[in-house]
Amino acid sequence: MSDPDPRPRILASGDTAVVVEFGSTIDPVLSARVLALDAALVRAGLPGVVEAVPTLRSLMVHYDPNVTSHARLGGELLQLADEAARETNVPPPGRRFRLPACYHPDLAPDLADVAAAIGQTTDDVIALHARRPYRVYMIGFLPGHPYMGDTAPALRLPRRKTPRTHVPAGGVAIAIGMTIVYPLESPGGWHLIARTPARLFDLRRDNPILLRPGDEVSFEPIERGEFDRLAAASAGGEWSPAALEAVT
Amino acid sequence: MTSALRVVAPGLAATLQDFGRTGYQRQGVPVSGALDRVALAAANIVVGNPAGAAGVEMLYQGAAFDVLADSARISVAGAGAKLAIEDGDGASSSIAACESVTVRRGARIKITIPGPGIAAYLAVAGGFDVPPVMGSRSTYARAGIGGIAGRILEAGQLLTLALPAAPPGTERRLSIASFAPPSVARVVAGPQHDHFSRAAWEAFLAATWRVLPMSDRMGLRLDGPTIAAEKGHDIVSDGIAPGAIQVPGDGRPIVLLADRQTTGGYAKIATVISADVPALGRLAPGMAFRFAAVDIADAEAARRKLDAEIARWPSLLVDVAGGTPDTARLLAANLIDGVVDAHEPSAHV
Repeated sequence: MSDPDPRPRILASGDTAVVVEFGSTIDPVLSARVLALDAALVRAGLPGVVEAVPTLRSLMVHYDPNVTSHARLGGELLQLADEAARETNVPPPGRRFRLPACYHPDLAPDLADVAAAIGQTTDDVIALHARRPYRVYMIGFLPGHPYMGDTAPALRLPRRKTPRTHVPAGGVAIAIGMTIVYPLESPGGWHLIARTPARLFDLRRDNPILLRPGDEVSFEPIERGEFDRLAAASAGGEWSPAALEAVT
Repeated sequence: MTSALRVVAPGLAATLQDFGRTGYQRQGVPVSGALDRVALAAANIVVGNPAGAAGVEMLYQGAAFDVLADSARISVAGAGAKLAIEDGDGASSSIAACESVTVRRGARIKITIPGPGIAAYLAVAGGFDVPPVMGSRSTYARAGIGGIAGRILEAGQLLTLALPAAPPGTERRLSIASFAPPSVARVVAGPQHDHFSRAAWEAFLAATWRVLPMSDRMGLRLDGPTIAAEKGHDIVSDGIAPGAIQVPGDGRPIVLLADRQTTGGYAKIATVISADVPALGRLAPGMAFRFAAVDIADAEAARRKLDAEIARWPSLLVDVAGGTPDTARLLAANLIDGVVDAHEPSAHV
């Protein structure tokens, strides 16, 4: 956290959203600045702000042009970012989750290919991916879909050349130095190396979305039988992962 | 007894939509809402609802419903929509868009959408008694959120009405410009504008773009010249605004609409201004249009003008008494609000 803190850029995104961009890389320091501004924005209650979306390296702020403007809000956000950078109080701590994940070949169609691509065994890939803390950088693309990182350097791969049209809910995948969980059946272009019985999006819960930016997630390997048992409990609404404790 | 509309013919892709689900994009939940919020607003205002009340969005094809209520006041708007009513006793009548009518138990209502345009809306006075999910009744079918069972309408489903009968009052009509598909959509330069060369930007603005068949509520896929991003098509994912135009590696722009994902990893060359986004929802595959660049202050002014215009519509309603407008009301609206101005076709309606 010792590198210089250049002023963020304001980017135009039409007449109902502005982007405060802190950089162009995937980086915990940038992510922390994004979340600090997000928290400061909530406290500031600027007029005309509809909602804010923290992403890997920027904060998108949706606004009502009947109340404020790009020019005004952009200036206010830069000032807020300056203040947030000077403040010593850190954003509220995230929560810690341990998600069961089954790396059985039936549920991990790309595990062997990933192992081949990096010249290691499938057990090596599992050892590199599991039981390692990942930071939730952002939730995006689909309801409850987390982008988490960073994966072990050896696991850094580009996305698949041809995305799949159907990826099952719970699919755990890696690419571009991050790991994700598909919350719903959807198209997907990342490498599927496991499946979790946890539902990251479940409308039956009071809060349908399990994770939020700043949370810490690790994957705990489980056997196929345990996956089936938890998946059934999950489907029946009898089991849902609980936060362990706050990240310190 | 429950009052409801029963779906007889659901059409191709009818869903319940309001002005969308705000406040949950940080959790990855798309805003959704009406593709053409201007047409939804018109249908709602005609029956006395708030502009953003939930209505039935019908795409490409109309739908038919049986009235299972003592009475209900309804209207349709958008895409040249027409309403045909078959009473229980066999009598039939037809009602134009943006005109309210009270239908009675046993009637069958049929909406047709001859166009131009693909998005039409059915509004019912008092609205639908459907529980909001995350603050909205809009349907986001991909995640099964909102609307009726989170999906497009199916034959036999009941759309429960909030009111047991039509509220007292006369039938009304709103005389405004048609909801024609646009020939031009105004844009401001996008957040990754600097990924594209000047030549690519000029080609983007000079081109005539044709809507491709795989377009949907998420976005319009466009056919035209290939737009290359000299600094790369892939970016570290950032937020997506309504009307954002992303250009993936194949160089074919996608304009992101109601069901757009909250974040995305492709460079965005431009953003369609919010006053022009509703009109994009009217475009059918094969239709052509182009983009024209404006600055953000002009875009914000255009949005304020559109919202002010819609806010004035309730005062422009005229009575439909045997098909004759209430002259006094029309005159009053004319004097106070300048109704002439509202008849002028503008870029967004």
